[in-house]
Amino acid sequence: MIETLKAGLILVGALFMFLAALGLMRLPDLLTRMHATTKAATLGASLIMLAVALHFGEVAVVARALGVILFIMLTAPVAAHVIGRAGYFVGSKLWHGTVKDELRPHYDPLTHELRSGMEPDDDARKRPLRDGGSD
Amino acid sequence: MSTVIMLSLILMTLALCLAFVRLFIGPSLPDRVVALELFSSMIVGIIGVVAIATDVPSLLDVAIVMALMAFMAAIGFARFLERGGPRDD
Repeated sequence: MIETLKAGLILVGALFMFLAALGLMRLPDLLTRMHATTKAATLGASLIMLAVALHFGEVAVVARALGVILFIMLTAPVAAHVIGRAGYFVGSKLWHGTVKDELRPHYDPLTHELRSGMEPDDDARKRPLRDGGSD
Repeated sequence: MSTVIMLSLILMTLALCLAFVRLFIGPSLPDRVVALELFSSMIVGIIGVVAIATDVPSLLDVAIVMALMAFMAAIGFARFLERGGPRDD
């Protein structure tokens, strides 16, 4: 039973990693490539670590395997966010079929400032809050 | 079981080769950083499979260190990119 489960976990994990690499190879631009690699590779590594935990079955090893899973799941989104942000800011090209880039009209690349387009005007923004206060 | 291990190692080695191709041809530096991060994830997986195949639980420590180093490297590369260091890509 455990053997079958283990074999299945290892195979599915390896398959997900292969899919991640395939996506990295085939997809057209930086953000779609990150979309392929981050999630699939995290899932693959987590499944293989689960298989390791099932295989050894000792407290110390299971704790370490779960620690690896937790660590990967904590750090992979952060690393992907940071790399994606840096990639956008250094101006890596988006795919020509990209439908929406909501950051471009609202973002000033020189001052790194975001605007929503809904601000009243600059005076109202700079005025202290209690000038227009309620009481 | 050994068939499964062999098969998964073959799959992950193929994946490493694909990621290496992207690392080699990747048009810009962020693409290469993404490929390097995928490398580290796959190496964690390979270390796990090898730990199962050889019954050596200490290899898990290597996997932990590998994941940690990859995170540090990603953060460092991103800082370097955003600060605008000299680039050649």
